[in-house]
Amino acid sequence: MTTVLDFVPIWTLILGLAVFFYVLLDGFDLGVGILYGFAPDTASRNTIMNSIAPIWDGNETWLVLGGLGLLAAFPVAFAVIIPAVYFPILVMLLALVFRGVAFEFRFRDAEHKTFWDRAFNYGSAVATFAQGVVLGSFIQGYEVTGRVFSGGSFAFLTPFSLMTGVALLFGYGLLGAGWLILKTEGRIQADARHHGRICLLGVLAAIAVVSIWTPLASQAIAARWFSWPNILILAPVPIATAAAALGTWRALGSGAEVGPFAGAIVLFILSFAGIAISLYPMIVPYHFTLWEAASSDRTQAFLLVGTLVLLPVILMYSGWSYWVFRGKVRADTGYH
Amino acid sequence: MELDPVLLSRLQFAWVIGWHILLPAFTVGMAAFIAVLEGFSFFTGRDVYLRVSMFWIKIFSVAFGMGVVTGIIMPFQLGTNWSRYSDATANVLSPLFAYEGLTAFFLEAAFLGVLLFGRKLVPAWAHFVAALMVSFGTLFSSFWILAANSWMQTPAGYEFVDGRFFSKDWLQVIFNPSFPFRLGHTVTGFFITTGFVVLGVGASFLRRGKFVEEGRTMVSMTLWLLTVLVPLQIFLGDAHGLNTREYQPAKLAAIESRWETGREIPITLFAIPDEKAETNRFSIDVPYLGSLILTHELNGEVKGLKDFPADQRPPVLIPFFAFRVMVGCGLLMLGVVVLGGWLRWRGRLTDTPLFLRLCQLLTPIGFFAVIAGWLVTEVGRQPWTVYGLLRTAQSVSPSLTGTDVLISLLAYMAVYLFMYPTGLLLMWRIVRKGPSTAVESDSDIEAGRPKAPVLAGAMLSGGHEQ
Repeated sequence: MTTVLDFVPIWTLILGLAVFFYVLLDGFDLGVGILYGFAPDTASRNTIMNSIAPIWDGNETWLVLGGLGLLAAFPVAFAVIIPAVYFPILVMLLALVFRGVAFEFRFRDAEHKTFWDRAFNYGSAVATFAQGVVLGSFIQGYEVTGRVFSGGSFAFLTPFSLMTGVALLFGYGLLGAGWLILKTEGRIQADARHHGRICLLGVLAAIAVVSIWTPLASQAIAARWFSWPNILILAPVPIATAAAALGTWRALGSGAEVGPFAGAIVLFILSFAGIAISLYPMIVPYHFTLWEAASSDRTQAFLLVGTLVLLPVILMYSGWSYWVFRGKVRADTGYH
Repeated sequence: MELDPVLLSRLQFAWVIGWHILLPAFTVGMAAFIAVLEGFSFFTGRDVYLRVSMFWIKIFSVAFGMGVVTGIIMPFQLGTNWSRYSDATANVLSPLFAYEGLTAFFLEAAFLGVLLFGRKLVPAWAHFVAALMVSFGTLFSSFWILAANSWMQTPAGYEFVDGRFFSKDWLQVIFNPSFPFRLGHTVTGFFITTGFVVLGVGASFLRRGKFVEEGRTMVSMTLWLLTVLVPLQIFLGDAHGLNTREYQPAKLAAIESRWETGREIPITLFAIPDEKAETNRFSIDVPYLGSLILTHELNGEVKGLKDFPADQRPPVLIPFFAFRVMVGCGLLMLGVVVLGGWLRWRGRLTDTPLFLRLCQLLTPIGFFAVIAGWLVTEVGRQPWTVYGLLRTAQSVSPSLTGTDVLISLLAYMAVYLFMYPTGLLLMWRIVRKGPSTAVESDSDIEAGRPKAPVLAGAMLSGGHEQ
């Protein structure tokens, strides 16, 4: 079969976009769930939960699209990575169950409200931690024989992956704080600013650790960043990160309502780009490149046609549903 | 005892999908019912439709939330436990799964938020459109997932190279031989399942003498629907059976516990199949009916299990008994429809206590039929994941140990055994409370500020058409 058009770069872009949307969107609502545990009273918990209740389901759908997109565009990667993170995935899925049903159950099961508060809070935190562990183990790579994962089911568990697990708690916490500043007022917003700063410090520490650890652990990553002329071309990434961090810190301290969320998004984009730069063109570090793991042209083409039509439509109506619920959320103590 | 990762992975998949399927079995039909009610309310302005809709939206929101979280688990199962299957089939099946996400999940999720929270935030027509979109989403979802499922049963439009499947013709892949029958049979089954739930709940209102107008609307509307769908379902099931005979004869033989190939065969109403001895130890047969029902000819040929090598036969016990449970449920449903039609003709539909009691008892009957039908078709597919081509034993992730899967299976069991009863209890409470009649002023709602997870807006807006 002669290749007329190379779909791999397009699919890399689409999948990258899907994963990024997931991290951003479910990132902020998982982050809201993490910060939920620090809310002082029922009224603020109601407000905090209401700020994401109408949209969390759509946000989580990007996880499904990310997973299925990986299966569709790069099936070998799916078939190697997912069994390699068998237990983090299990823990994440079960945590998402508790967290997801808590929205409804908390409201309808008044006598066990505290239990469902915890389910929502811990579920969000545990799911986030598990995702961070998956990310860390992905960066470190897996043992592969032929086309299958051949390591042990606990090989994912390393100091590095545990560190990235904690890092993501701070990362999603920062996004969540940004969202709460955007959607709430008064005490809740002030708390979110405070928590946002703590999370930002955690995020910066994590970025520093990853930036030092990965080049030391991998010669390929060191060469990618520090060889000439890469060091010059890639210099804007750390510089922009520092600038974004400073801007976010200031926005958290000022009266800015959009700034913290926007700053957190920029930080996530830059971190995402940093990981992509380190690993490109690997989709299963360090065994399969994007091209080696790709599905057939026919598969990629068939799915691309629909995706190019549907994705803009999805973004439009999802945007509309966000727009419907625009504005500040307020506590309504009287109702509950 | 050595723990077998294949068997445990099968049990785990059966566990998570078996529980999951109960939710779409209810929400697919319920989404359509709500869209119809919202439409009736929008176009007629009659208040009762709105009250009935708002009542069911509450239950729908609980079921849908559970459906979402148990549904997210499903695609990951393909990776965690069935990575060899994923690698082998991805080039053919993955676009179907991905299209389910793209056409259905986002549509459901985005418009569900508006349906549940946005009644006061968007114009009435937009709220009705949101209800329609959620319903379309559930149907698109059924379309794609059943296309993929059917392809595993009756693969078509592919080539098999080095142990992996590649697509040759996408239309043949999607519209594979069993797909139209499975789609029709399953979606109709889902609608019927919802229908009996609504019928049972409506009957309980009438029996309690509370919410009589709502109860009457529920019983009347759903009985009309069931009058059409139950006979249609029996017809579709028969057509699906003919399709199975043509493409999956071993499955049909297991369903009928038929060991010898033959013509003019009897129908076995009941038997105790003995797989080791390759015979039925006891059976109640009706002569000729087997050929007549299964082939629509008196001397039609039906293949027996002995025609297939032992390692290519499905288990017999589960398909055989599950099929009889499913058909039994169908006949019981038909009885209710006939009885209900007769009572309606006599003008006694909503005030015959015995009939209402019967409807109430049969509230969950659709779920039993769906699970039974699912057991028939999926156990009947064994020992293959892709029928006749890829064995279940060769589909499992090679890195997994039996202990790994045992741990995860126990975790899924514990969580589901906690969540499902809780969800059921909460839905039952909503039923006990009944439809809301509270009419509150619109000033309670501020734009952009949903007050409580799900439904606050809808509950408070009750009677705004008055």
